[in-house]
Amino acid sequence: MSRFLRLLPSVLSGALVGVCFFTFHFAEGLSYFSNDPNACANCHVMREYLDSWQKSSHHGHAVCNDCHSPHAVVPKLWTKADNGWNHSVKFTLQSFGDPLRIRAVNTERLRENCVRCHEALVEDIRHAPGPELDCVHCHAGVGHGPRR
Amino acid sequence: MKSSRWIYLGLSGAVALATFLATALLMNIRQRKQEAGQRYVEIARLTEDTVDPVEWGKNFPREYDGYKRTVDIERTKYGGSEAFSKLERDPRLKRIFAGYAFELDYREDRGHAYSLKDQDETERVKQRPQTGSCLHCHASLLPAWRKLGGGDVIKGFELMCPMPYAEARKLVTHPIACLDCHDPKTMQIRVTRPGFLNGIRALKKSQGIDNYDPNTMATRQEMRSFVCGQCHVEYYFAAPHKRVTYPWAKGLKVEEIESYYDELKFSDWKHAETGAGVLKAQHPEFEMWSQGVHARSGVACADCHMPYMRSGALKISDHHVRSPLLNIERACLGCHPFPAGEMKARVEIIQDRNAKLLGRAEDALVALYDEVKAARAAGAGDDRLGETWRLQRRAQWRADFVNAENSMGFHAPQEAARILAEAIDYARQGQLAARRAR
Repeated sequence: MSRFLRLLPSVLSGALVGVCFFTFHFAEGLSYFSNDPNACANCHVMREYLDSWQKSSHHGHAVCNDCHSPHAVVPKLWTKADNGWNHSVKFTLQSFGDPLRIRAVNTERLRENCVRCHEALVEDIRHAPGPELDCVHCHAGVGHGPRR
Repeated sequence: MKSSRWIYLGLSGAVALATFLATALLMNIRQRKQEAGQRYVEIARLTEDTVDPVEWGKNFPREYDGYKRTVDIERTKYGGSEAFSKLERDPRLKRIFAGYAFELDYREDRGHAYSLKDQDETERVKQRPQTGSCLHCHASLLPAWRKLGGGDVIKGFELMCPMPYAEARKLVTHPIACLDCHDPKTMQIRVTRPGFLNGIRALKKSQGIDNYDPNTMATRQEMRSFVCGQCHVEYYFAAPHKRVTYPWAKGLKVEEIESYYDELKFSDWKHAETGAGVLKAQHPEFEMWSQGVHARSGVACADCHMPYMRSGALKISDHHVRSPLLNIERACLGCHPFPAGEMKARVEIIQDRNAKLLGRAEDALVALYDEVKAARAAGAGDDRLGETWRLQRRAQWRADFVNAENSMGFHAPQEAARILAEAIDYARQGQLAARRAR
């Protein structure tokens, strides 16, 4: 009896670890480490953004991560963890507002990626005095196609 | 020994809680995946005779939930869905509609769910004889028309129009509902109202397109306005069979509709104060919207009045049809990247300006009536009032076109201002003509 009781914690923890692994697998957790745009639409809310990206001028040149994540490994993983945590909490609890709005920190990450590819073109305007210009303020349709 | 027991219990509790949460998350993910994978489960078998929205709700609970919410009673600054009396809010209207049923009862309209009940209860129907024509837009009545016409919907419509209201009312049971805009087999949106089908055919013919049929020739985005334009339009009951008719054969603009009526020598009633034959505008939302910047940009009625919303993993269109001012986040911000307060302020600036202009137009009309009264007191007979009547008809039609249109100018701000400027001008010209008639 007492021997069984001593084993019980490891049995229970084993069950928990199993459930967690299965949940991670079922939620396609590994896909979030990839560059596949379809992974972003695992969270069903992103469906229309994936669709509109496919209709945009950039879809042949850049996937979600190219614009929305930094490219160095650690900042990239940090960005995924930061947004992934926010998105999964809000989607699971259904506690987000409509329409979705990009956060300031993500706008900055996005802008850095615009410049990363288009630096030769925008070098001169970037050196104008004042705050950095937000590219998508004017070029709103380049990443996500027509609005509706 | 004792402390190790507590650790043991605590650990078990923690593992139990963690397992509980992990399983809950797992089930939640499963539910969302299921939602995303399925469009609908067919529980009720829907046919062309399924009028009752409850049946449709069994297959489409999310949309039905929205539809049921159209019973809400809400106010916006100028409109909403509360049946307040427009006559009490603006006593000038009693004089403007003198001699017509609208001087008895004129209220703000409520949601789709009330469309039949409110028609039954208005004093315009209770105190004045009306016909089955009214039901064209107040009831869900395709099966009733089909039955009446021996299988032919259009024939049933033509037979119902001249029937006394009480008699036709017995043939229908539900207010505007699912069947009126959706094909029960495919759920495609569709146009079912003969008034609209005939009207849009005449309009397209004037633009050089023969035999236009929206159900086969319109784009999906056009249909998302046409379904609303089935009823939210200017119409009249054409003699001799009281047939519901949309006066669009010359175009949708206020003066094009007016010239259509002028050619027919049609008047809704004879104004009791002046004796002029005048027109009553109904609710020309479709016509006004078509002159505005949103229509020009390809924005449909449903984009703002039934905007897309999320329901779990699904995206549906909100069937709680209502004023976008009560749902600014979804209605406006999907296209306009500004805070909700800013969008509300923009709309209200437009509406405030329109309301002020409309007030001036009504003042001008009332001044015209007073001038006619004075002219009559000075001995002017009908034979000398022809020019005044002609101008009153123009002014009255324009002021009412903007007043009856349920957006307080928002659907096409500049067009509404143009119409009201003309209304004021015609009313003041009429006033001068009445003075000359003394």
